[in-house]
Amino acid sequence: MKTSGTVGIVGYGAYIPMNRLKAEEVNRVWGGSGTPIEEKSVISIDEDTVTISVECARYAVKRAGIDPGEIGAVYVGTESKPYAVKPCGTIVAEAIGATPRVTAADYEFACKAGTEAFQTCIGLVSSGMVRYAMAIGADTAQGRPADALEYTTACGGAAFIFGKKPDRTIADLEGSYSYVTDTPDFWRRGLEMYPRHGNRFTGEPAYFSHIIGAAKGLMGELGTEPKDYRYAVFHQPNTKFPINVAKMLGFGMDAIKPGLIVPYVGNTYAGSTPLGLAATLDISAPGDRILVVSYGSGAGSDAFSFVVQEAAPGERGSDPSVSKFIARKCYVDYSVYSKLRGKIHR
Amino acid sequence: MRRVAIAGVGLTKVGEHWSMGLKDLFAEAALKALDDAGTDDVDALYVSNMCASTLQGQLHLGAMMADAIGKSGITALNIEAAAASGGVTFHEGVKAIASGLSKSVLVVGVEKMSDGLPESVLATQSMSEDQEYTAYTGVTNVGLSALMYRQYTEKFGAKAEDIAMFAVRSHENAEGSPHAQYPFKLSIDRIMASPMEADPIHMLECAGIGDGGAAVLLRPAKRASDGVEVAATSVATGAYYLSGMRDLVSFDAVRLASERAYKAAGISPRDVDVLEVHDETTIAGVISLEDMGFAEKGRGAAYVAKGNTTRGGETPTNTFGGLKARGHPLGATGLYQIGEVALQLLGEAGACQVQDAEVGLAQSLGGLGSTCAVTVLRRF
Repeated sequence: MKTSGTVGIVGYGAYIPMNRLKAEEVNRVWGGSGTPIEEKSVISIDEDTVTISVECARYAVKRAGIDPGEIGAVYVGTESKPYAVKPCGTIVAEAIGATPRVTAADYEFACKAGTEAFQTCIGLVSSGMVRYAMAIGADTAQGRPADALEYTTACGGAAFIFGKKPDRTIADLEGSYSYVTDTPDFWRRGLEMYPRHGNRFTGEPAYFSHIIGAAKGLMGELGTEPKDYRYAVFHQPNTKFPINVAKMLGFGMDAIKPGLIVPYVGNTYAGSTPLGLAATLDISAPGDRILVVSYGSGAGSDAFSFVVQEAAPGERGSDPSVSKFIARKCYVDYSVYSKLRGKIHR
Repeated sequence: MRRVAIAGVGLTKVGEHWSMGLKDLFAEAALKALDDAGTDDVDALYVSNMCASTLQGQLHLGAMMADAIGKSGITALNIEAAAASGGVTFHEGVKAIASGLSKSVLVVGVEKMSDGLPESVLATQSMSEDQEYTAYTGVTNVGLSALMYRQYTEKFGAKAEDIAMFAVRSHENAEGSPHAQYPFKLSIDRIMASPMEADPIHMLECAGIGDGGAAVLLRPAKRASDGVEVAATSVATGAYYLSGMRDLVSFDAVRLASERAYKAAGISPRDVDVLEVHDETTIAGVISLEDMGFAEKGRGAAYVAKGNTTRGGETPTNTFGGLKARGHPLGATGLYQIGEVALQLLGEAGACQVQDAEVGLAQSLGGLGSTCAVTVLRRF
């Protein structure tokens, strides 16, 4: 998909809660051997998807240096809404000062809800309907005790503000591509606390097929190849999948390493790909081309090709980098984690 | 009784076929077998399947599959005997030709397991045991095998590494197999380092989960151009409970079925040039080898470790990878074994070919050795 005029990222912000649970701690409690990541982030008692969204949205506005009143759209992509009915988007819009002349809503598309919001924001900005649009991917992901997901389901998010040239941009969008099928690999029904998944079905026919479909589709439309990209970010539900899909597509470890934060953060679901992009932008230089491909169960992938603009790293470094959030941590054991994630009650 | 020949073989690659359902797997194998035989003529269809009723909620596979290949009107039925379904169904198909009631019988095993959640697959596999006495306890099939494994090592002092060599050999043989799920070598170190599936059986000593379809076309045997002759088939049952077994280191059903098959075919184990053994776990493979007379009781693991079951060994065994490496799509497995033996005898085994094989034997087990089917094939 191509835009009318040049649309780009004018600001971004990240947020990762401070608590960490080591994957080995899950093994200590439930048995098992081997771990898909090192550790994952866990919310504190007063945090949820809304607070994470507000934190990263505020950093994004600060980094963009824009008047939040000119943000005409705020969309929060998440599968862990604190309210079943009552938007997160309105709370975030109010908190950053974007209300009342704003469209706001929440998006749900499993782990790609955040990048689905990217697509809408890009369209709104491209059409000229709004000057700036904010897309957030954030989650406090749920994993059933002892399920394979419990090692990785994590908390965090990132916000991106899209604008249009001649406004200053951090990275310009070359094109996007969405690839969606009805593939029921993972789901959570209403009133259920934990999602269910199709085990190995979530791999080849789901994650790999959709990411490869979207990545190849976008590169085909743009006439680009893996060698044209300095960096690549793929949805990271565990450490193995993004490394494998990068290899399958022809990207080396150097390309994905800056955005591969899952070993230390876990899978932040709708926040996963946006956080990977934020971590990559943190260390990128003008001219770097970045391929971003999300994956959401159900299923689909959104692919984006960005080219980093003239903004110097120092200019973007005025707000906390993703690596700072990763380094800022406090370990909790399984009992505290159980309390914080509502697995046990008074 | 008429002599019976395998006139065509059709095997799908065992694997996780996410885009293929039961009917697709069935049709691919069945049509391959018909193509191989160079005919479209079928008057009876025997389907072998174990899990469709629980994993797909599907019964009545006979008529369904006949329709799937455009053969509505023929006699068709499904046969279930746990993981021995394939061998038992083949036995019945052979009887239809031998009796003179049918002229061209398609026997097809099909199983679609990858769509099932692990707990559903495990629960279905456990249905091969008594729900009122054994399965309700939650014990898995591998868990039951682990009890036999412990008894075996205590009684004979067999080394765990020697028993695990059964899996090493199966993987060695799978290299080059076009239809194997895991066509690569696996080292003994990797097997012994894998997690326990049911102590002392490691995960990599167990067959995995896969989808597959395997078909053979049976016709009256007259001459070499008819294919491979079915020299004997036999089915025997054994104790349905561990507590009822004569001892925990032997499968009576295997002994009975193989003795009957040897007698009917007029052969002894020494005459078998190529062998397919039901290695659902390494210990099941080792005990089966012994009960069929290929190794002395208590010496089966050492027999395997010494290389006697390699393609160039005394008894080439599981020449396409066996259940461990070719894969184990339960209801289809027995037909894979029989199809593979037929390919060996026809000299059509490609990279897996055993030289100058004239007699081959396939053995499959249902439950913890409570059903055993043995098939002996012979080159014309």
